[in-house]
Amino acid sequence: MAFLEAREIQKSFTTAGTTKPVLRGVSLSVERGEFVAIVGAMGSGKSTLLSLLAGLTLPDAGTVTIDGQPVRGVADKAAFVFQNYSLLPWFTAIENVRLAVEAASPQLSRSEQKARAHEALERVGLGNAVNRRPSQLSGGMRQRVAIARAFATDPTVLFMDEPFGALDALTRETLQQDLAELCSVRQVPVTTVMITNSVEEAILLSDRIIPMLPGPPATLGTAIPVTLPRPRSVAQLAHDEEATEVRAHVVATLTAAIGLRSRKGPTVPPPTPTPALVMEKPS
Amino acid sequence: MNVAIGGVMRRVLDLSLPLVGLGLAVFAWWAVSTRVPDLPSPLRTWEESKIYILQPLEKRGETDQGIALLAYYSLVRVGQGFLLGAVIGTPIGFLLGVSKPLSRMFDPLMQVMRPISPLAWLPLGLILFQKSEPAALFAIAVCSMWPTIINTMVGVRAIPQDYWNVAKVLRLSRTTTFLKVVLPATLPYMFTGYRLSLGIAWLVIVASEMLTGTPGVGGFLWQEYNSLIYAHILLAIVTIGVIGFALDRLMGMAEARLRAV
Repeated sequence: MAFLEAREIQKSFTTAGTTKPVLRGVSLSVERGEFVAIVGAMGSGKSTLLSLLAGLTLPDAGTVTIDGQPVRGVADKAAFVFQNYSLLPWFTAIENVRLAVEAASPQLSRSEQKARAHEALERVGLGNAVNRRPSQLSGGMRQRVAIARAFATDPTVLFMDEPFGALDALTRETLQQDLAELCSVRQVPVTTVMITNSVEEAILLSDRIIPMLPGPPATLGTAIPVTLPRPRSVAQLAHDEEATEVRAHVVATLTAAIGLRSRKGPTVPPPTPTPALVMEKPS
Repeated sequence: MNVAIGGVMRRVLDLSLPLVGLGLAVFAWWAVSTRVPDLPSPLRTWEESKIYILQPLEKRGETDQGIALLAYYSLVRVGQGFLLGAVIGTPIGFLLGVSKPLSRMFDPLMQVMRPISPLAWLPLGLILFQKSEPAALFAIAVCSMWPTIINTMVGVRAIPQDYWNVAKVLRLSRTTTFLKVVLPATLPYMFTGYRLSLGIAWLVIVASEMLTGTPGVGGFLWQEYNSLIYAHILLAIVTIGVIGFALDRLMGMAEARLRAV
């Protein structure tokens, strides 16, 4: 059994009396230490899926297990990076990180917790901004604090919801690069599921890309492996042959799925981009 | 050059316009006093009241005291009643903010109790406590509690989902979630509630002192009315207004500091 396993999960939301299915029959397995990127358009149900995997919300049907344990709330040793940073504005950077350390390791003394938080902030290059409040930090710096907070507790599994979605292109690139390094220097590789709408970001960071096919209800497409050697860089990926191929696959799958939806029914077969790529039919 | 002159002009206007307004009001007062023989003119009011203002801490009798002493008695009573209201109202506000069923259960009741005048609560307080002092505190607490409850409730409901998610993801305990997430997020709203509550408490004090005859600005006002010394009524009215304004400003400053975070 894989480290993170989702089986046939299903989720609907009810607003104003009408029930709208968001996800149906979604299955996913992520091996220990693997970095999986789920790529899809906005509003396709990606964030819902991530919340379900992380235990922030519970599925209507189906199961999620992490390390063999069924998920019934946020799992031990799990960390989360949100798109909008989600830092507490009344705390400084180091206090935000220390709060996570305190919750994860209450046995440590206050100064030890602080030292750990400081170390985590140093690793993301914020060693000299520890006493600033989020309002005094740029968007990129805030997201660095959020990343430091996630890594400070030595998580075994990391969930990232569009972690760079709110950043400008340049900041986004440096932060992606830094995150790639952060993930590779750890002795114990952290199992990561990232949600993104950027194919480029997915290729840069992940071992496997899973396209999210828009619904409703949304389903997952067939995974596309990314076997490019690490460390990867944005510049290098622009011309790499495999990267180009993966990019074409992902984009073709996603656009085919959108085309399928606009024709209002699975009866019309979508144009298959390559014979190797077979889409799961939305059931 | 022009900008500098404009800045100076604006400052002069900022200072002088309120004074002009005040002057117009005093003029109107004077104009009315020339027609209504019982209403003392501004000058007569000053002549007859200056002993209270110039010797603010002098105690000549039970209600015949310097204005600062009278104000002090009233402020202590307001402080006690307001604190009582805040101590009861704040936790209720948190509970109603967190729990939908609770807020649905008590919302209609609150809407009915909120507009009840302090004058209506006071006799009930007298029945309950038999003495005027606790009855006054009861009236102040009951009347001033509502903005605290409602603003705290709204503040808790306005906490962004992000913050709740942070608490969930970090697996914070209930106590930690309350102390480090819910409380700081609600604090600015709570202080808005406190400011409004204190304003109401100050309104209530005058009524309750008038009805119970306890020493304080309101008690003084009523007693001087009964003694036909009308100038002192005006003194009391001005005092009540100035102190109410000062209280609101103080709370407003505290609130602004919290919002700045």
